[in-house]
Amino acid sequence: MDQGARGPKRVVVLGATSGMGRALARRMAARGDRLHVLGIGDDELARSVADLEIRAGVRSGSIGWSRCDLEKPETFAGALEEAETKLGGLDVVVVTAAMFAAQADLESDAKLTQRLLTIDFTNTVLFCEEAKRRLLARGGGTLCVFSSVAGERGRKPVALYGAAKAGLTRYLEALDHKHHAEGLRVVTVKPGFVKTGMTAGLKPPPFAGEPEDVAARVVRAVDRGTPEVYAPVAWGPIMGVIRRLPRFVMRRVGF
Amino acid sequence: MANGNGSGLSMIEGWGGIGVPGRELRSENLERVTERAVLSRGLGRSYGDSSLPPASVGEVVNTTLADRLLAFDEETGLMRAEAGLSLFALNRIFLPRGWFVPVTPGTQFVTLGGMVASDVHGKEHHARGCFGEHVTRLKMRVADGRVLWCSDEQHGDLFRATIGGMGLTGHILEVEVRMMRIPTAWILQESRRVDDIDDFIARLKDASHRLPATMGWIDLLTRGKNMGRGTLMAGDFASPDIAPKRFPKPLPRVTMPFELPSWTVDRWSVRAFNTAYYWKHLPREMHGIVHWETFFYPLDMIRHWNRMYGTRGFTQYQCVLPDAAGPSAPRRLLEILTSRGGASMLCVIKNCGPEGKGILSFPMPGTSIALDIPVRDDTQQLVDALNEFVLREGGRIYLTKDQFTRPEHFRAMEPRLPKFQEIRAKWDPEQRIRSAQSVRLFGDKP
Repeated sequence: MDQGARGPKRVVVLGATSGMGRALARRMAARGDRLHVLGIGDDELARSVADLEIRAGVRSGSIGWSRCDLEKPETFAGALEEAETKLGGLDVVVVTAAMFAAQADLESDAKLTQRLLTIDFTNTVLFCEEAKRRLLARGGGTLCVFSSVAGERGRKPVALYGAAKAGLTRYLEALDHKHHAEGLRVVTVKPGFVKTGMTAGLKPPPFAGEPEDVAARVVRAVDRGTPEVYAPVAWGPIMGVIRRLPRFVMRRVGF
Repeated sequence: MANGNGSGLSMIEGWGGIGVPGRELRSENLERVTERAVLSRGLGRSYGDSSLPPASVGEVVNTTLADRLLAFDEETGLMRAEAGLSLFALNRIFLPRGWFVPVTPGTQFVTLGGMVASDVHGKEHHARGCFGEHVTRLKMRVADGRVLWCSDEQHGDLFRATIGGMGLTGHILEVEVRMMRIPTAWILQESRRVDDIDDFIARLKDASHRLPATMGWIDLLTRGKNMGRGTLMAGDFASPDIAPKRFPKPLPRVTMPFELPSWTVDRWSVRAFNTAYYWKHLPREMHGIVHWETFFYPLDMIRHWNRMYGTRGFTQYQCVLPDAAGPSAPRRLLEILTSRGGASMLCVIKNCGPEGKGILSFPMPGTSIALDIPVRDDTQQLVDALNEFVLREGGRIYLTKDQFTRPEHFRAMEPRLPKFQEIRAKWDPEQRIRSAQSVRLFGDKP
């Protein structure tokens, strides 16, 4: 695929039914990209596809969907295969799906911890490996994965979630180096606090963003193949400071 | 940043800025989140306490994450969507394609669910009725936990009680409504200066015979023979032969960055604003093509304009005076306001057509008057005086705007209330679904 080419792209999105994935899929569909949606819950998928079709003004049935469960790695290959067939090729693979749980709940429930680490790290990596193989077989493409600013430093309130995201971020960084010459562009998105269903119970801090702002930045990053994008924009400089804080300061501040 | 701690209570406010401590439950999945909730709210644009939970509950569902379009028929305009979809989003999607909601309130920052619960009306009420007239079906979660569809044919009593029922009959999950074809997204508007309130009543009637959308703005600080002077605006979507070829560009928006101290909304600033607005309209009569947002949603251009009213907040008082009260009734209502030295930054006057199907819907044939009233120590007495007048004249108030009405006044104004309560009792015998407003006005358990 010719990088940075203008014109509609063939995009598969895992996680388009909610939150930032929903906003991103809407933006891509509205500008004419051709989408295929992956996720769980047939009803949820069908409703999200209807929403995308009406917003994009395309006829019913033109956006496809397949079941793909981040908890079930055996579903990955089949779902991506279906997407590729339906789209007649693949230019961009987006992963916004993930799991979040509060640190206190995770600490009191080992099963929940295992589930979160598996979904947010192991299985996301397995999905990316599958997607990567398919993109490389086509001569390249863009893999855009949502990690988190929570993975930038070890922090008390998100010790476990942050660790999974830190692992994911490092993996994506390595993937970008390893296959850059072969035409694979890896875009790692690091959202700060964004007001979505996932963060619905939490008190938004200053600079909390809207999914639409994130979507606008991510679409641009996908077009340009920007390897790393903080979103909303304020989190870039904020994390610039936090990444440089000495350890003794990190220990003191309880944030 | 996610701090993993969501237990803290914050304030939930109505648009008038008066709130209660509590929290909003948000989810993209309305069916799940409404399971045990007592009330749903959308964008919080109802002015008073109708979207606030009872104090003992302190918890309300916010529907705005549930905003998916589910079906649209290009032939008939029939559209179905989740209740949290905003009119703002709807306008951006459908106006460029030649479709518009058949009825719009004065702001786009409302959700479909809220438009049904308030059974919103607009400048076009005399021509097209309330929003509920165009709603064909509703998907609801009712108090016993069931999720069901209602319409004219199916659970008709629930349907008619939900339209204009202030969210008190259950949680609205999905709305199906028939959209309206429009020739272009431009408005052909005529406007004119009007000398006094009596002139206003006559001209409103005349304009509404000719044009579907009509409203007037009144300067309330002029008294005597000029009392009720203002500007009358009327219009309709422009036909392609006179409208510009391109789709109207988005208009710039400004944000009111913080609340002004309350003393800034004094008589002098209100007078200056109103005088400037009146004389802006220098020629007596103007015709022209205007942007749809300028015509339908002038206040949307200033985000958080409610902050102009300062830290004490404000209330809006909107009533309808029936035609039977005679053409002098609006003048007498305004005299009550001015005789008490009441300042109102904004006064909007409209014609209302026939009653719709919603059992508690606000409009009735007559004249609707809406007043912004900054909260002062004597606001309660002012609202009481206005309500006593409206009651005597056989009118009623709009619950969506209300914060200060007393239950005895409300009940006396609403002969339809027993019917509404009967349907509510059938669907919700334990009175689970309720709001701060229904506790205050309907006598629900706190």
